[in-house]
Amino acid sequence: MDHASHDASDFAPPNEIGEMELFHPKTFLGKYVWSQDAKVIAIQYAITAIAIGIVALVLSWLMRLQLGFPNTFTFINPSNYLQFVTLHGMIMVVYLLTALFLGGFGNYLIPLMVGARDMVFPYLNMLSYWIYLFAVLLLCASFFVPGGPTGSGWTLYPPQAILEGTPGARGGIILMLVSLMFFIVGFTMGGLNYVVTILQARTRGMTMMRLPLTIWGIFMATILALLAFPALFVSALMMLLDLGLGTSFFMPAIVSLGRPGEHVGGNPLLFQHLFWFFGHPEVYIVALPAFGIVSDLISVHARKNIFGYRMMVWAIVIIGGLSFVVWAHHMYVSGMNPYFGFFFATTTLIIAIPTALKVYNWVLTLWRGNIQLTVPMLFALGFMFAFIHGGLTGLFLGNVTVSVPLSDTMFVVAHFHMVMAVAPIMVVFGAIYHWYPKMTGRLLNVKMGKIHFWVTFIGTYAIYLPMHYLGFLGVPRRYFAIEGTRFIPDSVQYLNASITIAALIVGVFQAIFLYNLVWSYFKGEPAGDNPWKATTLEWQTAHTPPTHGNFGETLPPVYRWAYDFSVPGVKEDFIPQNVAPKDVVYESAPLRSTGNQPS
Amino acid sequence: MSLIKSLMVKPWTAEQTLIDNHYPGDASERLVKRLALKVFLAVVAVLFILLIVAYAGRMGYSDWRPVPQLSLLWVNTGALLLASLAFELSRYALNKDHLQTMRVSLLAGGALTIVFIFGQMLAWRQLTTMPYFDITIPAIGFFYILTGLHALHMVGGLFVWGHAVPKVFKNFDPLKVKQTLELCATYWNFLLLVWVVMFGLLFSGDNLDALLKLCGIK
Repeated sequence: MDHASHDASDFAPPNEIGEMELFHPKTFLGKYVWSQDAKVIAIQYAITAIAIGIVALVLSWLMRLQLGFPNTFTFINPSNYLQFVTLHGMIMVVYLLTALFLGGFGNYLIPLMVGARDMVFPYLNMLSYWIYLFAVLLLCASFFVPGGPTGSGWTLYPPQAILEGTPGARGGIILMLVSLMFFIVGFTMGGLNYVVTILQARTRGMTMMRLPLTIWGIFMATILALLAFPALFVSALMMLLDLGLGTSFFMPAIVSLGRPGEHVGGNPLLFQHLFWFFGHPEVYIVALPAFGIVSDLISVHARKNIFGYRMMVWAIVIIGGLSFVVWAHHMYVSGMNPYFGFFFATTTLIIAIPTALKVYNWVLTLWRGNIQLTVPMLFALGFMFAFIHGGLTGLFLGNVTVSVPLSDTMFVVAHFHMVMAVAPIMVVFGAIYHWYPKMTGRLLNVKMGKIHFWVTFIGTYAIYLPMHYLGFLGVPRRYFAIEGTRFIPDSVQYLNASITIAALIVGVFQAIFLYNLVWSYFKGEPAGDNPWKATTLEWQTAHTPPTHGNFGETLPPVYRWAYDFSVPGVKEDFIPQNVAPKDVVYESAPLRSTGNQPS
Repeated sequence: MSLIKSLMVKPWTAEQTLIDNHYPGDASERLVKRLALKVFLAVVAVLFILLIVAYAGRMGYSDWRPVPQLSLLWVNTGALLLASLAFELSRYALNKDHLQTMRVSLLAGGALTIVFIFGQMLAWRQLTTMPYFDITIPAIGFFYILTGLHALHMVGGLFVWGHAVPKVFKNFDPLKVKQTLELCATYWNFLLLVWVVMFGLLFSGDNLDALLKLCGIK
């Protein structure tokens, strides 16, 4: 590798354009409630998402109580069981994970990591959060309307979703659809901010290929969300019109409860296509930020540059592109031309290639790294296990011939929970343990963190591993009761009971995490500015937690990529992105130009 | 630098470090707003493309009955075309320093858009009075949702226009107004294009048979 001239490398171009003008609030309300500061908005998003996520967790307990101990809890009946299924799914996927990864981590990390004062449209960003909160409240309101929330399953398939007899077929489904539409409007406001801030507000020297992978993941996920959410928006709007005005977009001529319906000529499959055109990219809207964050966690806590940075970026972009051409693999049993089935099975298997490439690169980053088994690293490793596991079962379900018999069984539930629930939530926890010191100035308690990790990791396996087996036995999903079904052996009940107990234990142990968040805020060990010795810009702020405007008087210029760990000859095992070559401290004479990857 | 080219670089090498250090950072407000509009228009385009594809897909069914012709929509289309031209003219006039022309054409652009929206509302009413009208007919449902969403986006544009108009009648910063006019013109041109495509689709009758067959829809 060539030496670089230090004089030349030290160059940082002068600011040609004046910095953005920040809004400086003077009142408490302005600073912490109607805040336009992305960091405060991020925390608002995170608190709201976690709060509604806890509601969804409790709903999952209620479902599990019924499945594990049928006919024991009289307050759970077939109708509200379906309502729990529906609300649990929708809240977890959209209102928790999407909001937390993009609204929470996106808002906190984008301006800090790209070296910006704030998002480019702070007012719009504030509106985005309040519209999200309104959407969440609308959804919660559906618990209190006559008939309760919708029980049509999180996919909301018509005609069932709006037919009499389905729980919440009037007020519940209306509130769900309106809430989703508000969510999408709010997200679009936030998403515009994320994309434009990343593309146009990076600090001097911060080229796109110097961005940390966390930002690449959030960036691509935001683009996917901006392009995929319109499908959900139009399908929600069309279903609302079918319900309210009597149009027939999705509703065919139908006889319901012995009476002919008012609709003619609608196409229910059209809804499925629109829904999954959103629904499959949604998987990657959650997964891509998780991929990016876990790449950074692994690199920082293994003290090693990420293996194959460029490949990782390409993989993120390619996965993003391919995620729009695989949607119909969710519809193999809906009746499909075999050639279409072949096409979607092929694209589904192709998307495994860049995904597998990322897994190999994480493993190769760990290879001969100086692995620190910190709590964030434990969660990153937990993610890898869960994701590989969920990815492999995805290969089964991507194939039409295997998928058809497994459709609507517990195997599918186990698969998507491993890949879409356990894996991303591992990253969420890892990320919170990693960035909490920057947000608060204090470290989270390690002992509590490790207990939290091990119970969550082992517990989730205790839940989902046996669930695959239940699926192979043909146990259907979304069924209130399965006893007396001839092909299901009685022993299934023992497994179901054990899964329920594991789910309750895992759920209860999340209280340790919440307690840790509060306890450490007051009594945690002071973290300092850069406790993990990380290279990225958020750890180089003048204050911890960063103040309004993020950086000091001037924005930091960037001189290197985000992964200068363990550079040979350099005294410290990391070089922050904003350290100029002349300021790098060597053990002896410089062996090489810093900013180079060890060959 | 093209996207592919920028993704091909190796940021860890000494050579690339020298190049990357020259990246000046932080774009101007003008570029930021222009990019934001482009991203927003991409989102809106996806919204309408999905609806149009859904509409075309439904056309392929044997029970398909198109929306009856409404001549009023030709007038509305003319109004929107003129509105779009008015915004272009206002931008051109500002560049040539013809401030009065700029003001008049900006006012005309908004006024013609209001005419368009009222025209659309009249068309919605007109359709309900036709003997053919039945809300359960898919084509009629599509007509309302497509034209309604389009009109809603026009109202959004008028909101920005309403903010711009008072500014040009005071002492104004020409650069800022120039940017606003540029953004307005782009937005109106885009919505005109969307409308023309929808108009063609909604009232094509059976003329799109060949296209639908080519796409494998029919």
